[in-house]
Amino acid sequence: MDCSSMDAGFSSLRSEAAGAMRTVLVSAENLQLTLKPELSQEEQSLTHTNSSPKDSHKAGNEDLKEMLESSKESLKLEAMKRIVGLIAKGKSASELFPAVVKNVASKNIELKKLVYVYLVRYAEEQQDLALLSISTFQRALKDPNQFIRASALRVLSSIRVPIIVPIMMLAIKEAAADLSPYVRKTSAHAIQKLYSLDPDQKEQLIEVIEKLLKDKSTLVAGSVVMAFEEVCPDRIDLIHKNYRKLCNLLVDVEEWGQVVIISMLTRYARTQFTSPWMEGAEFDENKAFYDSDSEEKKDQTEAKPYVMDPDHRLLLRNTKPLLQSRNTAVVMAVAQLYWHLAPKHEVSIVTKSLVRLLRSHREVQYIVLQNIATMSIQRKGMFEPFIKSFYVRSTDATHIKTLKLEILTNLANEANISTILREFQTYVKSQDKAFAAATIQAIGRCATNISEVTDTCLNGLVLLLSNRDEAVVAESIVVIKKLLQTQPTQHGDIIKHMAKLFDNVTVPMARASILWLMGEYCEKVPKIAPDVLRKMAKTFTAEEDIVKLQTVNLAAKLYLTNSKQTKLLTQYILNLGKYDQNYDIRDRTRFIRQLIVPNEKSGALSKYARRMLLAPKPAPVLESAFKDRDRYQLGTLSHSLNLKATGYQELPDWPAVAPDQSVRNVEIVEPLREWAPIVGKTKQPKSDDKFYSDDEDEKEEEGSDSSGSGSEDSSSSSSSEESGSESEEESSEDSEKTSSDSGKSSSGSEKSSSESESDQKKKKKTKKAQQKKSKPTADSDSDENGNGPVGQASSSSSESSSDSESDSESDSESDSPAPKKKTEVKAKPKVAVNSKKEVSLLDLDDFSPAPTNAPKPSVLSQSLLSDLEGLSLSNISSAVQQEKKS
Amino acid sequence: MIHSLFLINHLGDIFLEKHWKSVISRSVCDYFFEAREKAVDPENVPPVLQTPHHYLISIYRGKLFFLSVIQTEVPPLFVIEFLHRVADTFQDYFGECSESVITDNLVIVYELLEEMLDNGFPLATESNVLKEMIRPPNILRSVVNTLTGGSNVGETLPQGQLSNIPWRRAGVKYANNEAYFDVTEEIDAIVDKSGTTVSAEIQGVIEACVKLSGMPDLTMSFMNPRLLDDVSFHPCVRFRRWESERVLSFIPPDGNFTLMTYHISSQNLVAIPVYVKQSINFFEAGSCGRLDITIGPKQTMGKTVEDLKVTIHMPKAVLNANLTATQGNYTYDCTTKMLVWDIGKLNPQKLPNLRGSLSMQTGVPNPEENPSLNIDLKIQQLAISGLKVSRLDMYGEKYKPFKGVKYVTKAGKFQVRT
Repeated sequence: MDCSSMDAGFSSLRSEAAGAMRTVLVSAENLQLTLKPELSQEEQSLTHTNSSPKDSHKAGNEDLKEMLESSKESLKLEAMKRIVGLIAKGKSASELFPAVVKNVASKNIELKKLVYVYLVRYAEEQQDLALLSISTFQRALKDPNQFIRASALRVLSSIRVPIIVPIMMLAIKEAAADLSPYVRKTSAHAIQKLYSLDPDQKEQLIEVIEKLLKDKSTLVAGSVVMAFEEVCPDRIDLIHKNYRKLCNLLVDVEEWGQVVIISMLTRYARTQFTSPWMEGAEFDENKAFYDSDSEEKKDQTEAKPYVMDPDHRLLLRNTKPLLQSRNTAVVMAVAQLYWHLAPKHEVSIVTKSLVRLLRSHREVQYIVLQNIATMSIQRKGMFEPFIKSFYVRSTDATHIKTLKLEILTNLANEANISTILREFQTYVKSQDKAFAAATIQAIGRCATNISEVTDTCLNGLVLLLSNRDEAVVAESIVVIKKLLQTQPTQHGDIIKHMAKLFDNVTVPMARASILWLMGEYCEKVPKIAPDVLRKMAKTFTAEEDIVKLQTVNLAAKLYLTNSKQTKLLTQYILNLGKYDQNYDIRDRTRFIRQLIVPNEKSGALSKYARRMLLAPKPAPVLESAFKDRDRYQLGTLSHSLNLKATGYQELPDWPAVAPDQSVRNVEIVEPLREWAPIVGKTKQPKSDDKFYSDDEDEKEEEGSDSSGSGSEDSSSSSSSEESGSESEEESSEDSEKTSSDSGKSSSGSEKSSSESESDQKKKKKTKKAQQKKSKPTADSDSDENGNGPVGQASSSSSESSSDSESDSESDSESDSPAPKKKTEVKAKPKVAVNSKKEVSLLDLDDFSPAPTNAPKPSVLSQSLLSDLEGLSLSNISSAVQQEKKS
Repeated sequence: MIHSLFLINHLGDIFLEKHWKSVISRSVCDYFFEAREKAVDPENVPPVLQTPHHYLISIYRGKLFFLSVIQTEVPPLFVIEFLHRVADTFQDYFGECSESVITDNLVIVYELLEEMLDNGFPLATESNVLKEMIRPPNILRSVVNTLTGGSNVGETLPQGQLSNIPWRRAGVKYANNEAYFDVTEEIDAIVDKSGTTVSAEIQGVIEACVKLSGMPDLTMSFMNPRLLDDVSFHPCVRFRRWESERVLSFIPPDGNFTLMTYHISSQNLVAIPVYVKQSINFFEAGSCGRLDITIGPKQTMGKTVEDLKVTIHMPKAVLNANLTATQGNYTYDCTTKMLVWDIGKLNPQKLPNLRGSLSMQTGVPNPEENPSLNIDLKIQQLAISGLKVSRLDMYGEKYKPFKGVKYVTKAGKFQVRT
């Protein structure tokens, strides 16, 4: 590309619009694009913006234009700031486009950034003019500075102009192979943008995603999984090879990426592993009944008890620490992962963390409470110990209160019902009447669910009928109605009481409920019911529709049971209903009349009127509003709204039989060759018999992992995580170079014993690191060394990629027979991390004793001793409690 | 993920909009305004709303609504957490998060939003990284900028995002190296009428202000780490170290940050520092009420209770209050119905008392429920859970830092039912 001519074109854009056009054409042609048909249009738009609009512009924008055209940077900057102000306020600034766009190549970084902001906002509206800026970005994509490359790609991909799709595609492909992980991250973001601009590019984009999924950098992982979820969430096969890597990287990925990865892995696990729940077996049996093919499989599953896939265990183990994240979204993501994937008895480890989130912002509480409400229906036991955390405060927002109430109701059982009812008594008196009404419903639910307290609740509700607040009374009536239906025989008194209340109650729903009760149990209150009907006949026309319907209903029932007293009343009411304004009521009236008043036309049906109207009715089931929410994955928008949101993906059911496990095995042969020159002093060359080595590794890996999972199962929750966390690659590495490994781990543990020694070791280690770097591979991490300005950073990122290995080494420590040394180390817990280069997240893990270690107690006491020493000495440097800045 | 963001003030005016994908008309906010009106109280607006084509997720912070527009399925907490992070960043940059401050710094706000999200997915949310890219405003710099035409945007681009320690900026240098930690515990409690504790829990947080040069590696250990069984950490804390040894090992971010929070649940025994004797009565006849409140120390661990304050949200029917306080003074706001009694230091010898009469609106039935009392208090130099930092060690740097730990206990959501 002809850069110099393009520069010139930009500097004199205004005077030589045609020249600029040419540059665009040149750049477009370079990319095998034909702009010809657009040419005339483009010219038109250029001339249009150049000549005509002066009169239509507002005065304010006119002087902004002048400022932009001045030669002073500060004036331009000031103008751009005001333009960004306009954009922020939602005012149009699109007519300034030509004046703004020529500053895109400015040297001033802030000015440039503001121009980018403008460009991204308006490029869609002014596509032709936006093309003028493209060549600048294309040049910036080749810049030696990774940040300039990244930001150019960011803006280029944000310009939603369909014509540059091929340019974007090319840029994304190049950036995906960039040496800098930051640029690769940006390219992962750009994938989604291009996909939304032009879905036809899917196939090519999937190729890029596939490539980026293999990336070992923690920076890239979150973004590429996000792109995967957006572009091709169904291509689960792309994940197989990267599954273990993603699990192992997870802790070090930035928090937002963690959320995305966890939810993707949840779905993945549901397709690849068998159910760890007991129900799974039953389900299998049912299936076998119909499907004779799976008979054998069933036999198999019955023959041997459920054994969790080691990869399934790996996921559960590696997500657990994230429950301690400060990011509530991460905690929720892990909670839903455990809910959907973990064996039933392990799910409860998420409880504590979820309850902790309740102290967070109001909005967080809202979402977390919704999820707890769904969980608490199925698993009361999980939250029962924390019941007090759901007690309502008068300062809570109403929707928080009702959610807490929901949860308390779900958690109620024989043991705690008295405490809960006492709480409810306080709530009923609340000044927040919506909440008081919800409490009454909750009491009703407790009463139906727990038969021991039904009578107590009913009495309590009857007392509430004398409450001054109408909403409370009305709600009580509705709930009592439902309760009475469950056991109507012994409650004539209550019905009488309610009949007495009838005159004072004005809430339509409550009046309707009383009327229904009268009708349903009119034989129990034979004297009162006709009187109520009489009153209703008087006020019929003034009532709400729902009350009118129930009046008609009552009239019909009384007519059937006590026609002597109520015949006239009924006819009167039916006549009123016949001419009612509401067609529902007219319709109902007509129906009832035909049904109960025998005449020649009605024929057979009226014989059954009694059986129809006075049939025993099943009692309503009072159940939670969250009962059916579990059809949505927890933590999703769909779950929160209780309806399927756009783009929601159903969580697949467990497969009856696990798909092939070996798809997740990474081909280790190549990495082995890579490692060989580094470690391989003692090791025999492997490359000849790769077939066997492969097999061996697999076996070994399975063995070690299953042993890990076994120990995990036995001591389900606590500290045995590390024992089996090796990915296959690492374990194979372990197995091959145990000698060198143990040497290294001892070097790690001895590190602190004396300064000089540790320095020596350090050198050794860095030497090793250098060796690693200098190995000739296509591995992206090592390539970074060639990149001058980021040498330091890249070294640390290559550290990160080797973190997982150092982990495994620390793991192997627990196996290696050197516990003595470790105690020595612990006596003086000084960790020498001298050079900046060496500092990385997990570095210190090398020094931490593995938790399953036998000599742990002694270690602990030793360190405690030293701590106490420090205290008693209380010298200036170590004593922390100086109660400073009081 | 996040498509657009609208900032809305308490009057319902949209004063800032930002789109990360194509532009969405601000008329989408009408659905929100509808819900806002229905909710009466801004606190009661549901955080997640549905419109025919979009989903709206909002938070309410500092009398402002942060309203984000979503088009497809996304974990709602993801968005909520991010919006709060945006509000935190504004707070961090400008000292407060209010409409006037945001409109005054519109350009910086816009630059921040540009960096925090890319295509609706969070890009840089770490305060240390952002501050390297976009410098927070201060008076001196704004003067210099106007004179020299300098900018707020960092000339060098941050390295932090590239390293494994994205939260710390490189090349930190201080003349005085110091690290201060504030252990703050808040007691959330519900005490019932008779004075028994219905529920009580402690929410603790360790805030740090670390100004150390270079790349320090800190290790903090506790006298009684067993207290902490429910914790959450800043990403800098090495989790495995905590799991195995119960020490906090971390490379700190530069400046202020929250190192960890912990939660001591109601299953544990929590000390309640004060007791309240109260009686509030409303009489049907004469439309008046009586109020009598006394507060005394309960379990204060020998420390003084300070900044004691009682807030009561009176029922609507209470018109005025005519009270006498033996200590401190009280105010009653007739419009918000808030009675605030500011006591100050609690003197165990002479217990503060507030008593007198309440005048009620005539003809209105008496309130069903007595209002509950919200209590504020502060106890210096005490963590009520008994947590104590035993030592702080620094590795990786040669100098001797100055270290300090401060403890304070406060009342969180401390409510006495009457």
